[in-house]
Amino acid sequence: MMDLTVNGTTHAIDADPDTPLLYVLRDHLGLNAAKFGCGLGQCGACTVMVDDRAVLSCVVPIALLAGRRVTTLEGLGTLDQPAPIQQAFIEEQAAQCGYCIAGMMMRAQALLQATPQASDADIRHALEPHLCRCGTHMRILKAVHRAAALMRAHDPVRGAL
Amino acid sequence: MNRRFTVLRLFACLIVLLGIAIGVVAALAWYSPITPIDRMPADRFDARLIRQGADLAALGDCDTCHTAPNGRSFVGGLPVPTPFGTIYSTNITPDPETGIGRWSEAAFRRALRQGVDREGRQLYPAFPYDHFTRLTDDDVTALYAYLMTRTPVRASAPPNALPFPLNHRFVVAGWKLLFFNPGTYRPDPAHDAAWNRGAYLVEGIGHCGACHTPRNALGAEKSSRFFAGGEAEGWTAFPINAAAASPVPWNADSLYAYLRQGWHGLHGVAEGPMAPVSADLAGASDGDVRSIAAYVASIIGETAPADRPEGRTLAAMTRPFGTGAKPQSAGSQAAAAPAVVGDGAGATIYAGACAGCHESGRPVPYGGTDLSLSTALNGSTPRNLINILFEGIPAADGARAPIMPDFGAVLTDTQLADLARFLRAKFTDKLAWTEIDAAVRQARSRRATAEASTSAAAGNP
Repeated sequence: MMDLTVNGTTHAIDADPDTPLLYVLRDHLGLNAAKFGCGLGQCGACTVMVDDRAVLSCVVPIALLAGRRVTTLEGLGTLDQPAPIQQAFIEEQAAQCGYCIAGMMMRAQALLQATPQASDADIRHALEPHLCRCGTHMRILKAVHRAAALMRAHDPVRGAL
Repeated sequence: MNRRFTVLRLFACLIVLLGIAIGVVAALAWYSPITPIDRMPADRFDARLIRQGADLAALGDCDTCHTAPNGRSFVGGLPVPTPFGTIYSTNITPDPETGIGRWSEAAFRRALRQGVDREGRQLYPAFPYDHFTRLTDDDVTALYAYLMTRTPVRASAPPNALPFPLNHRFVVAGWKLLFFNPGTYRPDPAHDAAWNRGAYLVEGIGHCGACHTPRNALGAEKSSRFFAGGEAEGWTAFPINAAAASPVPWNADSLYAYLRQGWHGLHGVAEGPMAPVSADLAGASDGDVRSIAAYVASIIGETAPADRPEGRTLAAMTRPFGTGAKPQSAGSQAAAAPAVVGDGAGATIYAGACAGCHESGRPVPYGGTDLSLSTALNGSTPRNLINILFEGIPAADGARAPIMPDFGAVLTDTQLADLARFLRAKFTDKLAWTEIDAAVRQARSRRATAEASTSAAAGNP
């Protein structure tokens, strides 16, 4: 048994300490936004945030996460009230099959939280570990730029920094 | 009275001596400027000569130092951290104002051979002229032709950040007096032409010793400890002499493959400052890379007979180039982690984060390196292991090469240290590392600095 804090709620998890976070999110907590792509930390589909940093949940054993904050896409917004990153991806229609998108959004969210004025080069560099087989890369890039603008509008003080 | 007089006299003598020393150094430091030339048209150079220069620039890895992050090749501006301060690489495109566009070939030759720029100023030995001085006239001409036919870009490097007195270039003349041994490469008659070609490339343009030979307190290579291992930019450059730490002994073929493709299944991956070296060697002339490999293999030397069977056994146990045991289809990989790898925090992290690739049975580069063969794990310092854990192995552009996710965002300092200790104990028969915590702190601060500079470049606080 270990305590795991996900999206602000602490859960008692009954799993081996070397169980990947991704399995616990999907199988124990029913949080299915993060996807199993390769299981090797090579495709980015499983990306979530730990303490505001993007991590690949398929290669993160839960033993590492005592006292840490895990955030998944479900923790950012809802269908009724999407977070800026989600709203931007919807407005740009940046998903085709959608399998990579949750991971892309979490990586972009972590980037924009740390770097509100991220340049196009910053965004491309940050999203490099993420694979998209449909080829919606240009829309994804536009969506991240749009999300950055939305976040700055939501939080003009930080956005202006 | 008498005693005071003696002290005064001593003092006066010292001042005179100091004055003479300064005078000698000043005389040594003084070089006349070489008359600037008008920019020459690119078609003045023979295409074959330019090709030869391109090969040499690849072997010398010139673009790695002379290119800023995300900048254009040879434009300079890369901060080069040294134990003495930060030196910025210069623009070596033929821009007439900010580059070397007004340098005659004589001025270029003097810079490579003697470490003095066109205007007669001393160059810091971060520019490895202690190696480039070995180049033949013909190769200097070829390099000149290659650089003078690049696209000129107007860009000036930021000023160096060096403390007094090192910020005065004339002190370099003193350094040269002590440590600089100019002169072109002299072939060793005891060896054949192929060996001498390798030695010429390695000790000249390749400047391998700049990282792989340890330096003294004043930053000069210790020639008595040739290739005994050094450091560069926070990474350990492992010994490439008889003390080489690889469990499977290197030979000319494995070195050739490693230098060419940046990884070898029985050794590991070229990372840190070695990554751009192998990336450049991928495009260099095949025969030259073979000569380099053969020469370095001769320096590493014959394996001691006692180690040979062990190396063969280790090599036989892995399948670096064969078909992997596990299929690559989704879902199968996760099952590869062994149920029990040991007790303790490090073992748990290994099972959850590392074993999926490193014990997959898939050959490198599709699976992880067999960690018992890894030089980073078997080496004398934990630095490279910690750096790779932090930064991962990013995908190489357009090449079939290993990749590894980075774990710097998720592993705490304690977890990193636990993992490093576990890996060293489980996969090697070497003594435990003593400086793991220091290596973790150093890697953490390096990463913070790198992120701050990215953030600053994006105009963020």
